[in-house]
Amino acid sequence: MGHDESLPPGHFSYFEPEQAYHSSKLGMWIFLATEVHLFGGLFAAFAIYRWRYLEQFNEFAQTLNWKLGALNTVFLLSSSYWMVRAVDAAQKGLNKKVIKYCNITLLFGCGFFVVKFFEYKAKLTHVPPIVPSTHVFYGLYYTMTGLHAVHVLVGVVAIWWVRGLAKKNRYSPVYYTPVEVVGLYWHLVDVVWIYLYPVLYLLAGVSLGVATAH
Amino acid sequence: MSAYAATDDHDHNYINWEKGFWSWWMSIDHKRIGLMYLGTMLMFFAIGGFFALLVRIELFTPGETIMGAADYNTAFTLHGVVMIFLFIVPGIPATLGNFLLPLMIGAKDVAFPRLNRLSYWLYVLSGGVAVLAIVFRLDTGWTFYAPYSVQNSTAVVAATTAAFLGGFASILTGVNFLVTIHNMRAPGMHWGRLPLFVWTLYATAILQVVATPVIGITLLLLILENVFGLGVFDPDLGGDPVLFEHMFWFYSHPVVYIMILPAMGIVSEIIPVFSRKPIFGYRAIVYASVGIAAISFLVWGHHMFVAGMANLTRYIFSFLTFFVAVPTAVKVFNWISTLYKGSVTWDSPMLYALSFVFLFLIAGCTGIHLATLSTDAHYHDTYFVVAHFHYTIQGGAVIGLLGGLHFWFSKMFGRMYNEKLAKVGWLFLFIGFNGAFLPMFILGMEGMPRRYFDYPVEFTTLHQMATIGAFVNGLGYLFVFGNLGYAVFRGKKAGTNPYESLSLEWQTPSPPAHDNWETIPIVTDWTYGYGKPEDDESHAGH
Ligand SMILES: [Cu+2]
Repeated sequence: MGHDESLPPGHFSYFEPEQAYHSSKLGMWIFLATEVHLFGGLFAAFAIYRWRYLEQFNEFAQTLNWKLGALNTVFLLSSSYWMVRAVDAAQKGLNKKVIKYCNITLLFGCGFFVVKFFEYKAKLTHVPPIVPSTHVFYGLYYTMTGLHAVHVLVGVVAIWWVRGLAKKNRYSPVYYTPVEVVGLYWHLVDVVWIYLYPVLYLLAGVSLGVATAH
Repeated sequence: MSAYAATDDHDHNYINWEKGFWSWWMSIDHKRIGLMYLGTMLMFFAIGGFFALLVRIELFTPGETIMGAADYNTAFTLHGVVMIFLFIVPGIPATLGNFLLPLMIGAKDVAFPRLNRLSYWLYVLSGGVAVLAIVFRLDTGWTFYAPYSVQNSTAVVAATTAAFLGGFASILTGVNFLVTIHNMRAPGMHWGRLPLFVWTLYATAILQVVATPVIGITLLLLILENVFGLGVFDPDLGGDPVLFEHMFWFYSHPVVYIMILPAMGIVSEIIPVFSRKPIFGYRAIVYASVGIAAISFLVWGHHMFVAGMANLTRYIFSFLTFFVAVPTAVKVFNWISTLYKGSVTWDSPMLYALSFVFLFLIAGCTGIHLATLSTDAHYHDTYFVVAHFHYTIQGGAVIGLLGGLHFWFSKMFGRMYNEKLAKVGWLFLFIGFNGAFLPMFILGMEGMPRRYFDYPVEFTTLHQMATIGAFVNGLGYLFVFGNLGYAVFRGKKAGTNPYESLSLEWQTPSPPAHDNWETIPIVTDWTYGYGKPEDDESHAGH
């Protein structure tokens, strides 16, 4: 499915282009597994502290703006849809459409940052300001959403690069690896958010029967 | 054999293919990256060794010998941080693994050559950042335990950033190797024919990929805690320092196997060649390698037996830790059975392989004392742990690396070191190492705590033995690397396959051509068909 033409001549690691395509996909899947473990550590810490400080966690969770969070969920899910369309277009070699769908995906991605900006701003301008050291809950809130935002940023840059290749008409039914691999990454960013959102914003008041123990 | 040579001109190889610093720095050739990793790593090994000797000189007499208590804390911390994060974590996979993996499976390179180069660059960057930790005098111990490590310390931020970057490099190597082993094998090199070194790299790569992100997030939290006062590990803010220990050891126990598994792979390659016998129990070694990797995720709690843990949890962790002994013992028995009735020759790689088995056996058996709850209560945080750990890592991983370096030296450079001097160096190393660390078992049993600056006068003799041993050990390293370093440039030209190994990597010229193979090698037999009748040679030689 198309070898990488930017490798210097005389040093191809692949005997077959097909190998390169499958390797890229497998590599991305393994990398996504490492991402799950990266966020997994944070989710584990969150679960432990929520158990320990259930009342505070419930109280503080209510200070998060679930409506803005919901808006961002819509943004990310929509962007994922348009990413799928971009992959589909690339597989058919329709470079113009790839550009168009990437643009829409990028628009939603940037919208995510706008929402995030107002969300953080409201926290930091609150009186007294809500900062990471206010409580373990906020420490984890800022870390989890912040790390996720960094991943969105990386995704936006990667989609921009994928779009650039489409501008050079690089995709064809036999070569579309970058779109597909970046698409996989973008979906993971989406999936992480799908877990982050309910855990941080919506669990307020859900006691899971632990409250009686405290 | 010569059919696989990339060019008939044997003077043209990966070393002289292009010249100059940039041709190395920008290279995506796995062989060059492996060598660059090796060079940089050995530099850090020297720095780490220097700090070790400082520690040992200070402990030569009770009380202050050459430095105060604060300097001593910095010295043992930097010894640990440099040795662990900059030397032995990248360790064998980044050096010999990078160099040999594509050659052993008949590939032209790893699956993602540019990621491989990025891995090396990140590692160099991590080394650069680590220098800041040296400048700012890190003194937390290499384990960065909270709450001492969350008190807004620049040195901790520098060291953890360095370790984080190193972790990234390690993940890239792991992803690369997994995909390479899955997708890049030459025709006929099916899973049941993979050399055991490749199998151990595979198990190691799984560990790198699964465990490293967890230390990544742990170190990130530690950095944020120092910079923003996060409070996740700080009891003053409601955090729990023991959570740090759990997250730290969830990575840092498996990482011991990142260090040791490839060394086991090297031993499994060396012993059959120098016994002229097929490896005994190939499948058992494969399963044991993957089994060790799997079990290693379930035993981290043994580092916290005395740190406050429910009794039931301690029983479970203790039991599972014992369980690690099973696959490890399987390997030892297989190596011994391979030696049995073999025509053993005592070349220097073999000396290292056999000392690995001997020293690792001591490491394993003393591990049982530490896995047992009742005895660990006594041994915990004593010199017994220091000795056990060094038997595992120096006696295991480093000796394995040295065995591999001697074994594949002519493969890498096309030259041969002085065999007599190599043996002398090995002897110094072996005597010095045991001289340094055997007394530490006794010190630990008698109650000498680790990381202490001072000690009662009764312990003086044992401490002095350890210090003298450490210097002999260091002398051994000077000898060994002097010998190898000289041979890189001035060694006698070596034949393509001086030990008559049947493994695929020896079927290329030494040093290999830039592209490894001109035509795809086709593999028709497994790697270990030694001792077959001579007319069978056409099969054995792939
Ligand atoms: Cu352990």
